[in-house]
Amino acid sequence: MELISTLAKIPGALPGACAQGLIWGIMAIGLYFTYRILEVSDLTVDGSFATGGAVCIVLMLNGWNVWLALLMAFIAGMLCGLVTGLLHTTFGIPAILAGILTQLALYSINLKIIGKSNQSINVDKYDLLVSLRWVKKLALNNPLLTVVVITIVLVALFYWFFGTEMGCSIRATGSNLAMSRALGINTDRNKVLGIMVANALVATSGALLAQYQGFADVNMGRGAIVIGLASIIIGEAVFGKIFKNFALKLIAVSLGAVIYYIVVQVVITIGLDANLLKLLSAAVVAVFLAIPHLKSKYFAKPVKVVEEEGEIENA
Amino acid sequence: MLDISKVYKTFNVGTVNEKRVLKNLNLHLNKGDFVTVIGGNGAGKSTMLNMVAGVYPVDSGSITIDGIDVTKLPEHKRAQYIGRVFQDPMTGTAATMQIEENLALAARRGKPRGLKTGISKAERESYRELLKTLDLGLEDRLTSKVGLLSGGQRQALTLLMATMNNPKLLLLDEHTAALDPKTALKVLTLSAKIVEENNLTTLMITHNMNDAIKYGNRLIMMSNGRIVFDVSGEEKQKLTKADLLEKFKISAGEELASDRVLLSE
Ligand SMILES: Nc1ncnc2c1ncn2[C@@H]1O[C@H](COP(=O)(O)OP(=O)(O)O)[C@@H](O)[C@H]1O
Ligand SMILES: [Mg+2]
Repeated sequence: MELISTLAKIPGALPGACAQGLIWGIMAIGLYFTYRILEVSDLTVDGSFATGGAVCIVLMLNGWNVWLALLMAFIAGMLCGLVTGLLHTTFGIPAILAGILTQLALYSINLKIIGKSNQSINVDKYDLLVSLRWVKKLALNNPLLTVVVITIVLVALFYWFFGTEMGCSIRATGSNLAMSRALGINTDRNKVLGIMVANALVATSGALLAQYQGFADVNMGRGAIVIGLASIIIGEAVFGKIFKNFALKLIAVSLGAVIYYIVVQVVITIGLDANLLKLLSAAVVAVFLAIPHLKSKYFAKPVKVVEEEGEIENA
Repeated sequence: MLDISKVYKTFNVGTVNEKRVLKNLNLHLNKGDFVTVIGGNGAGKSTMLNMVAGVYPVDSGSITIDGIDVTKLPEHKRAQYIGRVFQDPMTGTAATMQIEENLALAARRGKPRGLKTGISKAERESYRELLKTLDLGLEDRLTSKVGLLSGGQRQALTLLMATMNNPKLLLLDEHTAALDPKTALKVLTLSAKIVEENNLTTLMITHNMNDAIKYGNRLIMMSNGRIVFDVSGEEKQKLTKADLLEKFKISAGEELASDRVLLSE
């Protein structure tokens, strides 16, 4: 009986989970740019996510228009990425370490921006774009609708961007550094650019989450990298076989985040200690990251060599 | 077309692994020269090409391409003058990108890359024609990922990419060494054809003495960071493998002459 009554709570919690997932999905798409396209593990995101939230909320409290505040969060994210990018390329610090350094520095900066460890914003007094208040409302300001639209616009924008000469050269940089340089591509500049764009999305996502939950918190980005990776991995596992087009791959990442938050919601509703959540997430991501390695090590199938006379195709 | 003047290069300076690789290297190439480069393992052949391409900075000396001093230019800026094919077939192409995307990247070597489309419709058609010249059926696989191609196909594609907008200089670093003999021959024949048709100034490193003799109008032998033998024209045409071995013995000493690289067929 008790089980049924707990299970009955799940549908009511779903809209909220979806909204959170969609918002984090934007962050995960940013992470996809660095992790999958540039093949750089960028840990800046834990910091830049909170920076986006902090900048947006503080500006709105100072009377800024919500769209301008979002734009500034976007730009603040780019600056975070610029720092990591320069530490990595110009100063030769390994990408992971460069990201950790920026992330740590951002903790202080975020505290300075907010002025304390968290700051709330009143949905009745400020013109927020998204709020959990409206998540079950059938109205145009339902955050589910808003975030879906924002996600589609961003995916369209970056689908276009990665098809341009500049976008292609960023993809090439991630795919093959030596080739890229030999073809005249400034790989250092591209890495910086890619990390900047990624963190711009991450900060935008942070800005949306801060509005949604009604406050910015210096700790709101903690573990963002793991949530982002989990979203990418889930998205690829579930939709990888059917979503081949680049835009669809980005959508899959967003849906991966939604699935992640639905699972989290279900797990919490059936009574898992919420404090164990990060442990669980980290374990799941670790397992998925380990699978390709273990597969190739222990389950490698012998490669069949097909030989045909004189055919370069089979060389 | 190319002037390497008094170039020195030492790796790992000040450590136990300090290695003087190029010692006062001088080389002048005329426009249209097709030069084959041979020499034992570790002679500094790849390092010479890498210096020209700007992979590492020189310690001292200068490098000039077609009258332009490129000594201080970073690798990606020098790329506007240079086409390169590497020993490892994986190095010259982007595995996760399509064949046509790889070609489009190469077509923009040395040009600014802005927000215009990365590959236009007209380009696509021209690539289809270009790929036909390879006779590998790649013209029907424009949108296949390069990672699906064989080593030989990738090397042929890299060759096309390196030469598609007539570089002032073509650098081939043992670009057939990783291929099986039949494929190697195909790629080598194709290279010679492209070089001759476009009159490309070319440096081609090979570990095969017969190829070094057969191709090009000039041959240089490197040993210990220096050019120890340099023949061209008629004299090169008359060259035999025995001559080369003899030269190598004189310059490098008897024991090194048994180096497997020089003795390979
Ligand atoms: N990046 C590097 N760092 C240290 N040593 C190097 C580097 N590149 C080449 N060397 C050394 O320089 C010598 C010449 O190498 P290389 O030019 O590759 O010879 P090869 O004539 O066989 O192409 C070798 O002893 C090699 O170990
Ligand atoms: Mg070499």
